[in-house]
Amino acid sequence: MIRVSKYISQTPKCLNKFIEINSRCLATQASPKTVKADEKKPAQKPAKESQSFTMNIFRGQLQPNQVFPYPEPLTEEQRETIVMLMDPMQKFFEEVNDPVRNDDESSINEKTSAALWELGAFGLQVPVEYGGAGLTNTQYAAGVEIVGANDLGVGITLGAHQSIGFKGILLFGNPEQKAKYLPRVTEGREYAAFCLTEPTAGSDAGSIKTRAVKSADGSHYVLNGSKIWISNGGLAEIMTVFAQVPVTDPATGKTKDKVTAFIVERSFGGVTNGPPERKMGIKCSNTAEVYYEDVKIPAENILGQEGEGFKVAMNILNNGRFGMAAALSGTMRSCIKKATDFATQRLQFGQRIDSYGTIQEKIARMSMVHYVTESMAYMISGNMDNGSQDYHLEAAISKCFASESAWNVCDESIQIMGGMGYMKGTGLERVMRDLRIFRIFEGTNDILRLFVALTGIQYAGSHLQELQRAFQNPTANLGLLVEEATRRATRAVGLNSSPNFSHLVHPELLESAALCAKSIQSFGQAIEAALVKYKRGIVNEQFILNRYAQAAMDTYAMAVVLSRATMSLNKNLPSAAHELLMAQAWCAEASGRVAYNLNVASAGKHLDIFSKFGKISRNVCESGGIVQSNPLNL
Amino acid sequence: MARVLVGVKRVIDYAVKIRVKPDKSGVVTDGVKHAMNPFDEIAIEEAVRMKEKKLASEIIAVSCGPPQAQETIRTALAMGADRGIHVEVAGAEYDTLQPIHVSKILAKLAQDEKADIVIVGKQAIDDDANQTAQMTAAVLDWPAGTFCSKVEHGSGELTITREVDGGLEVIKVKTPAVLSADLRLNEPRYATLPNIMKAKKKPIKKVSPKDLGVDTAPRIDIISVEDPPVRQAGSILPDVDALVAKLKEGGHI
Repeated sequence: MIRVSKYISQTPKCLNKFIEINSRCLATQASPKTVKADEKKPAQKPAKESQSFTMNIFRGQLQPNQVFPYPEPLTEEQRETIVMLMDPMQKFFEEVNDPVRNDDESSINEKTSAALWELGAFGLQVPVEYGGAGLTNTQYAAGVEIVGANDLGVGITLGAHQSIGFKGILLFGNPEQKAKYLPRVTEGREYAAFCLTEPTAGSDAGSIKTRAVKSADGSHYVLNGSKIWISNGGLAEIMTVFAQVPVTDPATGKTKDKVTAFIVERSFGGVTNGPPERKMGIKCSNTAEVYYEDVKIPAENILGQEGEGFKVAMNILNNGRFGMAAALSGTMRSCIKKATDFATQRLQFGQRIDSYGTIQEKIARMSMVHYVTESMAYMISGNMDNGSQDYHLEAAISKCFASESAWNVCDESIQIMGGMGYMKGTGLERVMRDLRIFRIFEGTNDILRLFVALTGIQYAGSHLQELQRAFQNPTANLGLLVEEATRRATRAVGLNSSPNFSHLVHPELLESAALCAKSIQSFGQAIEAALVKYKRGIVNEQFILNRYAQAAMDTYAMAVVLSRATMSLNKNLPSAAHELLMAQAWCAEASGRVAYNLNVASAGKHLDIFSKFGKISRNVCESGGIVQSNPLNL
Repeated sequence: MARVLVGVKRVIDYAVKIRVKPDKSGVVTDGVKHAMNPFDEIAIEEAVRMKEKKLASEIIAVSCGPPQAQETIRTALAMGADRGIHVEVAGAEYDTLQPIHVSKILAKLAQDEKADIVIVGKQAIDDDANQTAQMTAAVLDWPAGTFCSKVEHGSGELTITREVDGGLEVIKVKTPAVLSADLRLNEPRYATLPNIMKAKKKPIKKVSPKDLGVDTAPRIDIISVEDPPVRQAGSILPDVDALVAKLKEGGHI
């Protein structure tokens, strides 16, 4: 029955690296090396249990610990603090900042940036003793929600500085590095930047060419190379730079280039940058190429360990993704406000347009995806504040979901407002341009989807392997086998073996929870079938992987809104009845999409379509564009 | 250098749409955003500027109200006040607390704390009473400089520009004195995030009116709180003649 074996090791190089490093950060499953080692030993280590909801749905199992109950990580004092902090931030955007001017001038003027520094907005999560506001992730989320609602360009300037620019120092810096640099990037008003991307290394970040070589006396490294599309690249004094460093493996004696993270100061010399890039949106944020020519970096400026740079980079990015979901839920809130203000005023055919079903569906969908995004953002920040380590898949999902939802919400807000929405003065066209980048940077949504699917599949695979090994030594693993046999037998005779949510959700949501449970069950079955069918080859089946990723996103989104709405119902919030409606409508549609996507990923006629897609694309690429001429044959 | 006592009141935020309770006993305050009275922000700002110019040695922020009044004191501390005094008055006692009570409290604290200058906002945006500065000065028997739009410091005296009907009045008062801040006195800074965090370490002393020997027995009875009358819908008239006729009809011309 179970013929699954090693599927892990044949990923394309870049993806493999991406998944490998990410999974090492997670420390939730065996890395490829351990698997190989395990094969030689008769005694097997059990696959590690992840606390991640998303990870476990790949096994068809409900892991509710990080979803139910909805996290409420703020103490009374922390709540009071964030309420106090939100006021001055709000005032800054109302009284000082001018997003239209920022966009027109493609820069943030002196007075505005000075006010931002003064406000302390550049050091939200830096501990108070280093000059920051010392916010938790949840407090930070509440802060950036305000930023996202007002000016995404300012948001990028702030985010490039603290969410990625010096986040590495916060996460991996030693005490000396923290003491030296954190006061400079807060009270010292020096900009920071995160320098990873290169002309030939975008999504495939492991292939960077910038190199740092240790000096003979070991006192410093000499850095050479160039980076592109660096946010704050023209402003930054302090940069987290990723470069290849030749590292000798003590075991084999072989030397190999490995990515290493450094703290580089512009004042080290040899650091220059290109002119600010002209962009579609987020224009006021500075984006530039940065060049390093024989930059002497003191040896103590390594961030983390030599050769661990990829892990540093992925952790920084993983750690900051929830912030994007929080900021974009603010953006959606303000778009929806504009659209509803318009819809409730505008008369056409003698009626307010919000009385028409067409507009109602738009407003309902916009509100629902906003609800999902906001609920994801605060669930993830809450889990992180509660010490969770297993949040990376959820963070990736929240980034994809938030950026796509915000794009759609802004687009539909413009549609509701018609010609008025298209006008510059309405302010939505700028938001639309600003939003486009969110699906691209900090891990494109396409790569993150593959990351979600492959990491989940790898996890499910490691558990199947364990089961397979158990069959080789049945007497020692009787418990496991009996449990599994029961699960399968129940399924085989058609009994409902889907996970049970009923004790976790409010009674009003039982029906919706059953839909989510059904999705989890089908998902686990689909993944197992795919592993049996494709074995290790699954990693190359991107058409299919994307459907699994989509199903995982929808399933996680269902669980998140079930949890949030349950909390609101239990607390009897004034908005509880409204949230119930959104949760019910969301689960009904999302579970339908899950079933559809799982079906598409397995049904023969769809697989045929995928192979047609592949051929069409190959034809077009071979002819360098559209293959056929127009119908007039001109 | 002067020690400055500043009164800061917690009020419903100016941007909130006020709703009257269905039983007409007052306005809805539960779950409603509150903030420091904007005129009190100006008062605090003036005190902080005095301290920055080395004209003041210490700023004490005082608020009378329920436990949440401490949030308002924290804001004052984040703006630059050195310490706070929270005079706890809650529940029904707070509902009927009037400027006369607050004036007596502020006067007692001004004496206890050996303040040289008391500054309050000219009025609070919730009850619009505009009485506290005047009565505090009366209780203390100090000179009062109300509706200040400019305060200049001399030795033992202050030159104050006051906003009066139809213009400005310049007066001199000897310290100690009580001042009330008008809109144009200054533009208050907003508390920065690091200062808000630092303000957490500044002390807030909690006292009750009884500790200060002030009787807060109500002097008023709230009979009914009601919404202002709803504005009647306008109408569009076809021409000037119709407008003139209407105006005549209404007795406006």
